[in-house]
Order: sequence, then structure tokens, then C-alpha cells
Amino acid sequence: MRWLLLSIIVGGTAAGDLLQSYEMKRSGEQKVDMRGLARILRLVLVRKFLLLAIACMAAAFFAFMALVQTQPLSFAVPASAASFALETALAKFVLKEAVGLRRAAGAALVLCGVILLAK
Amino acid sequence: MQEIKLNKTPSLEFAFEGAQIASGRSKIETFLLALAVVFLNSFGNLSLAWGMKRLTRQMGLNPLDYIRAMLDPFVAAGMALLILWLLMRMALMSWADLSFVIPITATGYVMGAVLGKLFLHESVGLAQWCGTGLIFAGILLVGSTAQYSPQHRASL
Repeated sequence: MRWLLLSIIVGGTAAGDLLQSYEMKRSGEQKVDMRGLARILRLVLVRKFLLLAIACMAAAFFAFMALVQTQPLSFAVPASAASFALETALAKFVLKEAVGLRRAAGAALVLCGVILLAK
Repeated sequence: MQEIKLNKTPSLEFAFEGAQIASGRSKIETFLLALAVVFLNSFGNLSLAWGMKRLTRQMGLNPLDYIRAMLDPFVAAGMALLILWLLMRMALMSWADLSFVIPITATGYVMGAVLGKLFLHESVGLAQWCGTGLIFAGILLVGSTAQYSPQHRASL
């Protein structure tokens, strides 16, 4: 059961983040005051990719809720970071972001760190 | 009566919708927002985990179990913090690349382990501290790169 939950967390998080990043860049730079956050909330309601992103993240969130009930937080949080490598690759190949050597090396170090943290 | 026509230029229309072409936030601003995002996520997760561990009923695939769980004050507080986290993280994604945001916000994993040790009395050993060091080294490397790809932004 825990591996099924983990798969839902990883898949949902990666798809949700990819869709969010795409839509938020398309929407332009947003402010983080109350009006800015309200505007983002409004964007969520009218942009279909953001709605889909929320649905993916909701699936990941509920799977996370179920996982933390039976597994320690220090396992559940780092284990869900498997989405991390997937997202960096998707950012490069799907979102066409400039992922150079330094950023890729940094991401790899963070990934190794997260794996160690999960031990 | 003279008809007044509002001649909106494309740029004004764009600004009216709240969408501005990125003027380029400083890295300090981006890191501060990332820090706020990490704190909200860590405390949201902590509150959620705390609330979930208090529940006596085992969670399954029944949606009613989750609705019942949301009535717990710790679960509800955790969810409120995570909604705020989601909105602020979306703002952060409008400032920086996904491949920049993901490693930078990975400090949340370190905080998750630290908070797990402090409040939930979970064990944190040598491997976890080494992992913490690697995460910070990785964040330093990623943090030294440009926070967004302008050519990508222009193509959207």
C-alpha cells in the first residue's frame, strides 16, 4: 500500500508542478501581497491547466495524508522527493528551461542529500 | 454627447489583467520568498502529521475518512498553511524556473527531518546530517545560476 501511495504522490506532484510552472510563467510575474494572492486564486479558477495541476496535487496530498499516518514524517517527506529528479528532467525537456551543468549538478547533490535523509 | 473611447494599448491591457512581463526580481527577493514557502510547507506538514497521528481510525480509500480527518484542528490548521503555501509557491514559480525552484525549496526536506525530530521525536542520525550537508551544497550550486530562462519566458 505504501508504494502505491508513494507512486500517487510522485506522479501527482510532478504533473502538478509542471502544469503550474507553465501557467504561472505564462501569467507573468505575480505579487505576494493579499491582492496578489487573491489574483493567483482567481487564476486557479479560470486557467484549466492550473485547475488540472490542483487536481494532481490534491491526489498527491491525500496520498500523503494516508502515508504519514503509517510512516514516520522523516520517511514520508524525503521519499516523496523522488518527484524531484523527474521534475528537473521534465523542466529541461518539456518546459525547455536552461538546465546547465551547474544547475544539474546542484540538483543531483540535492537528490543525493534527500536520499540520505530518507535512510 | 461625445463618446469617450478608451484606447487600451496592449501593454495596459496586459497590466490590467495583472500579468506583467517579468522585470527580473533580485535573487534576494526570490530567496526570501522561497524561505517563506519552505516554512509554510514544513509547519503545514508538521501540523498535518501531528493531527493524522492523533486519529484512531485507519485511513483507507474512503473519501469520508478524509473529510472526517479535516475536522481535527491540527489537520485543519495544516491544510490552511498548505493552501497559503500553494499560492505563494505559485507566485514563486512566476518569478523563477521550475528547475530553480525545486532544488531551492528542498530545504523543506531538511526542515521536515528536523521538525520530525524536535516535535514528533523521530530519530535523525549521521546519514541524515550528511544528507542535510549535501542538500545545502546543492542549493548553493543551483542558487548560483540564473533564476529564470528569459528565452523560454519569451516563447510562452
